[in-house]
Amino acid sequence: MAAEARALDPAALAGHRDHPPRMGFFTDTSICIGCKACEVACKEWNAVPEDGLLLTGMSYDNTQGLGASTWRHVAFIEQPGADHDGLRWLMSSDVCKHCTEAACLDVCPTGALMRTEFGTVIVQDDVCNGCGYCVSACPFGVIDRRPSDGGAHKCTLCYDRLGAGLMPACAKACPTESIQFGPLDELRERAGQRVAELHDAGRSEARLYGEDPDDGVGGAGAFFLLLDQPEVYGLPPDPVVTTRELPRIWRHAGIAAASLALAAVAACVSGRR
Amino acid sequence: MKSRTGRRDGGKQMVPEAEFTSYYGRPVLKETVWEADIPSYLFLGGLAGASSALAAGAQLSGHPELARTAKVGAAGAISLSLAALVHDLGRPARFVNMLRVFKITSPMSVGTWLVSAYAPLAMGAAASTVGRKLPRAGLAASAGAAALGPAVAAYTSALLADTAVPAWHDARRELPYLFVGSAATAAGGLGLLAVRPEAAGPAVRLATLGAAAELSAEQLLDRRLGPEAEPYRTGRAGVLLRTGQLLAIAGTGAALLGRRSRAVSALAGATLLAGSAVTRFAVFEAGRASVRDPKYVVGPQRDRLDARGG
Ligand code: SF4
Ligand code: SF4
Repeated sequence: MAAEARALDPAALAGHRDHPPRMGFFTDTSICIGCKACEVACKEWNAVPEDGLLLTGMSYDNTQGLGASTWRHVAFIEQPGADHDGLRWLMSSDVCKHCTEAACLDVCPTGALMRTEFGTVIVQDDVCNGCGYCVSACPFGVIDRRPSDGGAHKCTLCYDRLGAGLMPACAKACPTESIQFGPLDELRERAGQRVAELHDAGRSEARLYGEDPDDGVGGAGAFFLLLDQPEVYGLPPDPVVTTRELPRIWRHAGIAAASLALAAVAACVSGRR
Repeated sequence: MKSRTGRRDGGKQMVPEAEFTSYYGRPVLKETVWEADIPSYLFLGGLAGASSALAAGAQLSGHPELARTAKVGAAGAISLSLAALVHDLGRPARFVNMLRVFKITSPMSVGTWLVSAYAPLAMGAAASTVGRKLPRAGLAASAGAAALGPAVAAYTSALLADTAVPAWHDARRELPYLFVGSAATAAGGLGLLAVRPEAAGPAVRLATLGAAAELSAEQLLDRRLGPEAEPYRTGRAGVLLRTGQLLAIAGTGAALLGRRSRAVSALAGATLLAGSAVTRFAVFEAGRASVRDPKYVVGPQRDRLDARGG
């Protein structure tokens, strides 16, 4: 019981005592209108630098994806459907998942990536050495290195605002409450009700993504309600944190090292004249 | 959008036709920020670590000439590998950031501590043989370097395997053996290149064992992963991997057949060294290719989900 509770409580696992409840995002894409207010509010509040202005031809998406200088990204998908003259729009605001089992944090060799008392994952800019390990470890392709300063950057879930009792800038700016912020437990409950509602209304394609504590990352701190398969939105359908395999990886590396030592001995003793 | 995947590669294996969906064909994962420094680091670290093990064996078994070469080679290789690492990070102070913590969950952290302990030992061992000074300390340093060397050669497999990069993570079972095999091939190659053939017996045998391990690991990897080994078969990685295999086979053959000729032995050694380096670049490139095309990320995950009935 105690062990279970701890497993679900990443802040306690990271050594925070008497910490606030775990906070997160529930992004309900069924009511996203694609206004990109979240993208703008995030950039403004966090003083994230501009990272290129171009027209991509990807529907209304000229942002392209999350990155070191894009912490909220609204995806636009145009599908054949019944909504508007045979066209269905899917819009979804993506963000760092603040994983329960966060690969970025596990592999970081400097301790720059840390778990906050809110259970979120942040980079400490003054500690990060730009090694880039987190970039290749994140199973969602979220975190990246910023060329201008060589450091890794991603969504902080507005750590500074949370500390001051405010809600994150993106959630504050969202006009439809597609981005909902709150204690993760409450969000999960609300999300469950919302899916049930949509199913009752005949929208059987509605599904939750990242809400399940038994999934490959132990459940995401930022999860979503989607209207199609995750990969349609550019999300991995079944991500698993790489460090789950690490004990076996270490074991094989250990056996391999021992074999190398043995091979060196064998090469020297055999065939001695 | 739906894309058709599956292509014929050199007529070798037909990857099953599969349909997968992606967001405008964009990669799901972030491309690695690592560049040529990192595969070079993998190669040099392997060369150094295996050379230290060879040096100790050679010294104990009465091959002083080979022992000396291997020690100097190890010190040189680890110095170059540290230079590659610092170049990758940008400046030396950034290396020191990694000595703030020790994290078993981060192979880079473990490796940093390993290399920090190993490098001075390898350099001390070399300095003592070259300067013919402090033989006791030199012996202790050689023993320490020989103990840590194999770990230095092997940990880099965990470094790559412990990522979300499909080609690296999927290869986690074979990669350690592939890497220590490649390290042994390189260390044997260096011995052959620098030492008279009469004195290089252990180097030939280590290179042969290494090449055998490397080639078997590649075969196992190819067979176990089946269609998911495609990043290792196609494109630049495929060409590099096959080149590495040819160099390993040619180098071993020349080493075994040309034992009496200094020139042939030296050439064999150079070939083996080149083969080991090329193989590291092949593995590195396979990882990059598997991130660039979203089908390698989405495909297997979708199959897994569908199999679970999700
Ligand atoms: S989504 Fe990626 S960057 Fe965000 S917490 Fe998870 S592993 Fe880290
Ligand atoms: S780039 Fe920075 S945050 Fe990422 S793993 Fe390296 S030190 Fe940690």
